[in-house]
Amino acid sequence: MRYIEDVVTLELDVDRCNGCRMCLRVCPHAVFQMSGKRAVLHDRGACMECGACARNCEQGAIRVRAGVGCAAGVLAGLVGGSEPSCGCSVDKPSGCC
Amino acid sequence: MVVPSGSALSTHFTDGAVDAAGVQVPRVRTALTWRDHWGTLLARWAIHRMDYRVAPGLYAAGTPDATSPVLVSANYKMSFDCVRSALAGRHAWLLVLDTAGINVWCAAGKGTFGTDELVRRVADTGLDRVVSHRKLVVPQLGAPGVAAHEVRQRCGFRVMYGPVRAEDLAAFLDAGMKASPEMRQVRFNLRDRMTLSPVELMQGYKVVLPVAAVLLLLGGLRSSGWSWDAARQTGGLAALLLFAAFTGAAVLGPALLPWLPGRAFSVKGAMLGVAFAALLPLTGGAGSPWHTAAWALLIPALASFALMNFTGATTFTSLSGVLAEMRRAVPVQVTAAVVGLGLWVAGLWLDGGPTT
Repeated sequence: MRYIEDVVTLELDVDRCNGCRMCLRVCPHAVFQMSGKRAVLHDRGACMECGACARNCEQGAIRVRAGVGCAAGVLAGLVGGSEPSCGCSVDKPSGCC
Repeated sequence: MVVPSGSALSTHFTDGAVDAAGVQVPRVRTALTWRDHWGTLLARWAIHRMDYRVAPGLYAAGTPDATSPVLVSANYKMSFDCVRSALAGRHAWLLVLDTAGINVWCAAGKGTFGTDELVRRVADTGLDRVVSHRKLVVPQLGAPGVAAHEVRQRCGFRVMYGPVRAEDLAAFLDAGMKASPEMRQVRFNLRDRMTLSPVELMQGYKVVLPVAAVLLLLGGLRSSGWSWDAARQTGGLAALLLFAAFTGAAVLGPALLPWLPGRAFSVKGAMLGVAFAALLPLTGGAGSPWHTAAWALLIPALASFALMNFTGATTFTSLSGVLAEMRRAVPVQVTAAVVGLGLWVAGLWLDGGPTT
């Protein structure tokens, strides 16, 4: 199943990649592939912006606006005036996870 | 002898204790009992879901020694159950992080399943004295919160990202801590979607049922005054339609997700709602033409909103995508709901609903 693809914020700076393959390991949607000794964006549209790749890239070669793709969380954020976040906390249970 | 803080030594899911470098840690049962299954069932129906946690700290599966692998998990009981039941017949350490009872993936997104908590928990449990190796098997879905290189710098342990699903843990360990590409990918099949449907239903009913009660009472209003007969007929029908439309959307929406047209969940939901609304004439309409028109707007708006909210339960929706679809869908949903409600209220006065 695929979602809205053209708005994904994932960016990879191939020049900074050292080929450690960490992004291939942590991505749950096989967005990255190796091309020679460097990672490339193989399926950018499948990115769900979880941020695992950017967090685990020691070279800082990956940028993405990480967050949860959760409409209830976005609405809760709008109402509460905060960043969109998953509302599955103890005090504020909402529809996600 | 020191008992690690927070580790409950005796629970229904533990069986005695194991020595871990001079500290007694609880040994987990690797077979789930009826109490575990019952707890899971309740949590899936959103009952005590937010209070379903285990004490963070170190646990043992089997009789682990200094060379046994260390598997990291969250203190959400369901995550914990998945991991321990995957370890039947094995010897391993289980390091449970304090994620406030939230599952690994959601907690990683918040950062509570994260580098800081992992490093702190490694220090608290004296893990460097319990095992001779320096490897931590962290579930792959914990990666949004854990920076492997920072963990290594701060406590010397190397993060090995394990498979997405605990059921693949045994194969991952047997392959020398290597995951196949399939083990690295999340999926979202019919069973996964339907598992999450009850929680959506229960969360939704908290809003739907009070609104249905309000419609039931409002339905009794006429230009001539309020009557219980009118409330029963018009209000009762409205409450029933609201309940049925939401239930239908929350169950059929996730079930039919791959086949509903459009990429945006709000569009998929609206399509489903239009299909529901198209059934109205078959059931004799929603009373008057005014009310039929009202429900032709209200049902798709409701279904669209309900399925849009299902984005949070999926494994593939991005924040950017959700924001993009909400910017377009929410104004349409609100307009349809306001106009629909207006038509419904106007119908009470103009032609008295189905009673006339």
